[in-house]
Amino acid sequence: MKTLTGAQIIMSVLKQEGVDTIFGFPGGVVIDIFDELSRTDIKHILVRHEQGAAHAADGYARAKGSVGVCLGTSGPGATNTVSGLASAYMDSIPVVVLTGQVPTALIGNDAFQEVDIVGITRPCTKHNYLVKRTEDLARVLREAFHIARSGRPGPVLVDLPKDVTQGKARYEPLPEPRMPSYNPTYKPNVKQLRRAIELIKGAEKPVIFSGGGVILSGASKELTKFAKKLHAPVTASLMGLGSFPGTDPLWLGMLGMHGTYRANMAIGACDLLIGIGVRFDDRVTGKVETFAPNAKIIHIDIDPTSISKNIPVTVPIVGDCKSAVKGLNSLLNEEKVKITKKNRKAWLDRIEEWKSTTPLRYKQKDVIKPQYVIEKLYELTKGQAIITTEVGQNQMWAAQYYHFDRPNCFITSGGLGCMGFGFPAAIGAQVACPDKLVVDVAGDGSIQMNIQELATAVQYKLPVKVVILNNRYLGMVRQWQQLFYEKRYAATDMKYAPDFARLAESYGALGLKATKPREVEAVLKKGLSSPGPAFMDFWVAREECVYPMVPAGAAITEMLLA
Amino acid sequence: MKKHIISLLVDNEPGVLARVSGLFSGRGFNIESLCVAETLDFSVSRITLVTRGDDAVAEQIKKQLNKLINVVKLSDLTGVEYVEREMALIKVNAKTDHRAEILRIVDIFRCNVVDVTPTHYTIEATGTAEKLAAILSLLKPIGIKEIARTGAIALAREKKGKAGEVF
Repeated sequence: MKTLTGAQIIMSVLKQEGVDTIFGFPGGVVIDIFDELSRTDIKHILVRHEQGAAHAADGYARAKGSVGVCLGTSGPGATNTVSGLASAYMDSIPVVVLTGQVPTALIGNDAFQEVDIVGITRPCTKHNYLVKRTEDLARVLREAFHIARSGRPGPVLVDLPKDVTQGKARYEPLPEPRMPSYNPTYKPNVKQLRRAIELIKGAEKPVIFSGGGVILSGASKELTKFAKKLHAPVTASLMGLGSFPGTDPLWLGMLGMHGTYRANMAIGACDLLIGIGVRFDDRVTGKVETFAPNAKIIHIDIDPTSISKNIPVTVPIVGDCKSAVKGLNSLLNEEKVKITKKNRKAWLDRIEEWKSTTPLRYKQKDVIKPQYVIEKLYELTKGQAIITTEVGQNQMWAAQYYHFDRPNCFITSGGLGCMGFGFPAAIGAQVACPDKLVVDVAGDGSIQMNIQELATAVQYKLPVKVVILNNRYLGMVRQWQQLFYEKRYAATDMKYAPDFARLAESYGALGLKATKPREVEAVLKKGLSSPGPAFMDFWVAREECVYPMVPAGAAITEMLLA
Repeated sequence: MKKHIISLLVDNEPGVLARVSGLFSGRGFNIESLCVAETLDFSVSRITLVTRGDDAVAEQIKKQLNKLINVVKLSDLTGVEYVEREMALIKVNAKTDHRAEILRIVDIFRCNVVDVTPTHYTIEATGTAEKLAAILSLLKPIGIKEIARTGAIALAREKKGKAGEVF
């Protein structure tokens, strides 16, 4: 057994966990950790703001399907990660955030750059730790990674006082932790699966509703198989986009407040709803009392608290989505359940009718329409890009008009709705997938919330592309003001903004701008094919709205269509 | 809204109580009383808390508590047979003309007088919430100066002949 410093133990555990990249920003109490980090082959990406580090770790985790790691100093360094933690928590993303802390003897003394980050982040982490002894470091870090990636994944914060990282302790690699009080249920109950099969057999108008849990558990293939066996149409939450091929004939499009007409109508009419890895968020359900009013509901989720929280469920199934859907598939085989396309014809015809009468639509005239930019982006990237988004209209248009055929390719702050997420997340995704094209779909408001990360992208030669749908408004809030506040645009006019193309140039990135529809394709082509990071600033129709829209508190079948 | 007595075994670590109470405040649940102390196993504490809610809320409270990493075991005593006790220290004004009356009440309810001065008695009372309510309603007209209550603690009744875990 060796004796190591705390900082060395941290590095040993990170190596043991297979960490190859850390997103961080240094400070007084973490100098020892950074010093040790520089002696390993773990790549460090120096961000320009700790919020950027937390979001980048999140983007990395989602693109790669493994744990993202972020490192910051005490006090403000730690508080700056809070939005990133909250976003990762809401979206169940495995992230480990390491923060420095003042020496244990000073804790509680209001020391310089001291903050009770464990107290602050208790409600927005899956779990968190303050390590008080160097001897505990290895165990705590192993537990942190274990908790972050297992069960319903989520962020874990570990607070590291300076004397703990400087102190010495005997170290040997620890096995995967076993925690008596933490045992997520992976294996679904077979009795419940059988009850689900009975409902499936009797259903005439089923809908499958897929969420982020399907992506997290790697259940996309099983889900696709399941849907095809049932000839059941599939919709998804924002977080579930890509869990089922967006170009499949059974695909309904996204559900909810800005869901497609056919998806929302299908929920209103279905007699069986199979929710997989979803949590029936209010942006999906609209008015709860009128959500899927005629349907029996099967709900599969690994987190028991998600089940029957918002929507009462007929058959609850607690377990890993992949195991559960696999279980359903094999039971369907075992019981020789044959559902033919003919059985489903009436139901699928009805959906087709909704689709053809009320598709997603916009009119491209003399001003650039944001939807047109996304459609062109989809066309030019052949649907192969990893898309991150900011939050607001840009996020909804990306969700509606870019068709995701594969999981882990749509990265967005779904639950928290955190503006400023997309750009650092794109940086993280690009680090995770250096060979993929990564595009952040942004608004002019959101991009300014973490625009400093341009320096990071340029420094590490990360060829992230940013498509700014620039309407010089905080567009989604403006849309609400237009529709529900008699066009009183209080505090949403963003005319005072930099010239994004020139700003990008000043950072050493490529900056492009399009103000007319005919320039869109050329700008996209040039930006996407450039070797380095690029900002593409599209001056779009200022008062374009995202439709369909379900007003807050209305039933999801009551949509504003234009 | 049904009363639920929830008994939790939790890791005996700093911050665990904050996780439990923070969960209640953050999610808009209500704690009526809460009682914490170590068990025989130093690494585990027992939290007994009393909350109210309809079935769906109670279900959600229990699931959320179970989700906390530091919660080792949870049992909802509602619907099972259990024994419940709460202790109160009650300081009453005891002027000459009331002293005998107070002692009679103490005697009837099997309380103890644990502190005496020429003007006050401090009474130790133990029982269910109902019993304590009865004692207080009798002492109130005489004049209660101060009161401290522990909140309920409870354990499920053992089935006959079955040896249980000792905590």
